[in-house]
Amino acid sequence: MADGLIQHFGVYPCWHWLVYLTVGLVQAGLLVAMVLLSVAVCNWMERKVSARIQDRLGPTRAGGRFGWLQSPADGLKLLCKEDLMPAGADRMLFRLAPYISFCAAFAPYLALPLAPGWVVQPLRTAVFFMLAVTGLEVFGVILGGYASHSKWALYGAMREAAQVVSYEIPLGLCVVTVVLATGTMDLVQIADAQQGWFWHWHLRNPFLFGTFWIYMTCATAGTNRAPFDLPEAESELVAGFMTEYSGFRWLIFFMAEYTTMLLLSLLAAILFAGGWNGPLPLAGWLGLSADNGLLAAWLGDALGACNLLAKGFLGLTFMMWLRWTLPRLRIDQAMATCLKYCVPLACAMLVGTALWTFGMRGGFSGKAEKEDRGADNNVQVTILNSQFAILPGPALAPRLMPEGGRNP
Amino acid sequence: MSILPTEPEIVELDLASDEMLLNMGPQHPSTHGVLRVALRTDGEVVTGLTPHIGYLHRCGEKIGENLMPRQFLPYTDRLDYLAGMNMNLGWALAVEKLLGMEPTEKARHLRVLVCELGRIASHLVAAGGYGLDLGSFTPFMWAFREREKILDLFEELCGARLTYSYITVGGVTADLPPGWLRRCADFLRQFEPVIGELHTLLTSNAIFIRRTAGIGVLGPETAVDYGCTGPVLRGSGVAWDLRRQGEPIYTRMYDGYRFEIIAQVHGRYPEDEPYPAVPAEAVLGDSWHRYYVRMLEVVQSMKLVRQAIERYGQAKGGIGEVLKPRHRLPKGAAYLETEAPKGQMGFMVVGDPGGALSPVPWRVRIRSSSFCNLSVLGELCRGCLIADVPAIVGSLDVVLGEIDR
Repeated sequence: MADGLIQHFGVYPCWHWLVYLTVGLVQAGLLVAMVLLSVAVCNWMERKVSARIQDRLGPTRAGGRFGWLQSPADGLKLLCKEDLMPAGADRMLFRLAPYISFCAAFAPYLALPLAPGWVVQPLRTAVFFMLAVTGLEVFGVILGGYASHSKWALYGAMREAAQVVSYEIPLGLCVVTVVLATGTMDLVQIADAQQGWFWHWHLRNPFLFGTFWIYMTCATAGTNRAPFDLPEAESELVAGFMTEYSGFRWLIFFMAEYTTMLLLSLLAAILFAGGWNGPLPLAGWLGLSADNGLLAAWLGDALGACNLLAKGFLGLTFMMWLRWTLPRLRIDQAMATCLKYCVPLACAMLVGTALWTFGMRGGFSGKAEKEDRGADNNVQVTILNSQFAILPGPALAPRLMPEGGRNP
Repeated sequence: MSILPTEPEIVELDLASDEMLLNMGPQHPSTHGVLRVALRTDGEVVTGLTPHIGYLHRCGEKIGENLMPRQFLPYTDRLDYLAGMNMNLGWALAVEKLLGMEPTEKARHLRVLVCELGRIASHLVAAGGYGLDLGSFTPFMWAFREREKILDLFEELCGARLTYSYITVGGVTADLPPGWLRRCADFLRQFEPVIGELHTLLTSNAIFIRRTAGIGVLGPETAVDYGCTGPVLRGSGVAWDLRRQGEPIYTRMYDGYRFEIIAQVHGRYPEDEPYPAVPAEAVLGDSWHRYYVRMLEVVQSMKLVRQAIERYGQAKGGIGEVLKPRHRLPKGAAYLETEAPKGQMGFMVVGDPGGALSPVPWRVRIRSSSFCNLSVLGELCRGCLIADVPAIVGSLDVVLGEIDR
């Protein structure tokens, strides 16, 4: 986009940085706004879903009959609260911690495509980037727990460190399984490999279907959601790492949690459930493709983005349903679930998917096609490209990346 | 300044650097009121535990020595505030025993009716709150929804939702309002399937079983040694229920009523209702069994309420006269224990030994079931994990209003 603007207006080279900065800021602002809006919707949804599960009504007053202004009202209340910090807290780290979590939760959205062209920064290694950055969120939590000068917070932080770091292993394995099946780390290509009807989704593959459930388990655990909400287990650790946080800082932790939940749901939709490719090839039927002009292409993308968001919210509803139904596991049981079940199962799914992919391409009948070796090479190329893709700033990256990572 | 390693404040300075002293409560979400538990932890493992009580002490017994029995009645509501009816009954029966009073048949059936409803309400709070202790919010809301309906019935009966003072010395304060029995029967009818839903959400839930089965195992001998009563004792497999084995003045109330004493004897529970099966992981006397006993007792209490409705309708006569407020107490002492939802609740009332025939008791003493049940906590929690502490405290189902009095 920045390059286009530069060409169109003929900007002097000495002002290129300004164009890049402006475009980057506008894109980041739009992204943060979109994500925050989604978080507000998630929060409202969580209240409504939990209320319906528990035979209550949930919010009914703020903003009319369905209480849809409840989230902004909550946010306003939290903003107006007194800024409390426990005596003896590490003042700098205590302040810093929520922002680390916040940044780590929001940054992955830079690489998240909502539709083929709708991505702030197209990366060939988007999945890798997203997992890596999401993993940083745990630092904020550990810092917050450590800096709070509270034993409960410390316990929460230690649990978070143990649990989230452990669950990243099976989560990563699940993603690797999909990468293996598609031969690319580019989310756009992963989603486009599932075009058409819902039986073209990755879920059709029994091993990837199993991987999907392992992924959802690990995503639930990785975002501290019940039944894995041990770091903030309110009946044991009061509020875990958030015990001493209140007001706006608490709100930031809260938003980071929901942001990550939404991110992992959207990622699940892209990896396993077709992304913007619906259960029905609706965009194809309506003729919303680039062949019918720019507007049609844009409408098709918009439809795809809505489709993806709907799937993401479906995943969120699943997580909420779990939370309001199940009791909490104990820390040793949560760790056992990870190490004894999720990791071996994810490994088995990886091997199974490898065999399945090999077999589907005629590997067992000796008819391995040329294209497949190409796909394998492609993975290596992608990994090599990753060094270029991650280092430069978002707006600069496309120029440095060699064109055509896909098989020529 | 010398530092004594025995002082709890500085235990952390002790050489055992791996241990951390952790205060759970008195303001903690899962210590059920204002219980404070001092945990000595090694990582997540609890190596020692001391319950501290007294944050809700209101001199209840001393107040009883300055008031006439019927004036003291509202104070008994505040002992186990989740089962006010049963507390009223304990005090009323103790005074009646001292006076040699006998309530009418109709009043006796009314007492059974409201006490068993109170038991259902109390066990619902125990089961729902137990779900909350284990991190499951929904059973709590569902249980409270049903309890609300019982409280609505009680409100209609006596105007109060928590502190009833309905059962009084000599009988009950008022007869039933018109249509009440029908509404009570309606409640029971719609409540019956809800028990199954609670069983689905908690009792047979895999995570619930993993969190409670084999946790906090209380052997029958230990339970008896510590004076545990109620569902805590019966959860250890001792079939002991004062409604059958108590003193005649109390058991007479339940004469002719059919119900089972819920305890696993010879490896099985009384099987008059289709219950979810006992999971293989559960050990007799663990948290799961204590919870399960309460859930089964709810069904028994429903049966008792149904019988009480029937028998109340058949009973002749009125609800009788209650004690005159300034009635003088005779010389002598009476002590009576009743089967409250949380265990055996004992009241002692002593008339003036000097023979002054005052209407005010000379001594009042209260034996709290929760107090004895809580005392076993240190025994149960040795070597468990921090997360098990709420799981065990919740399974004991203590109420601090009753412990601290």
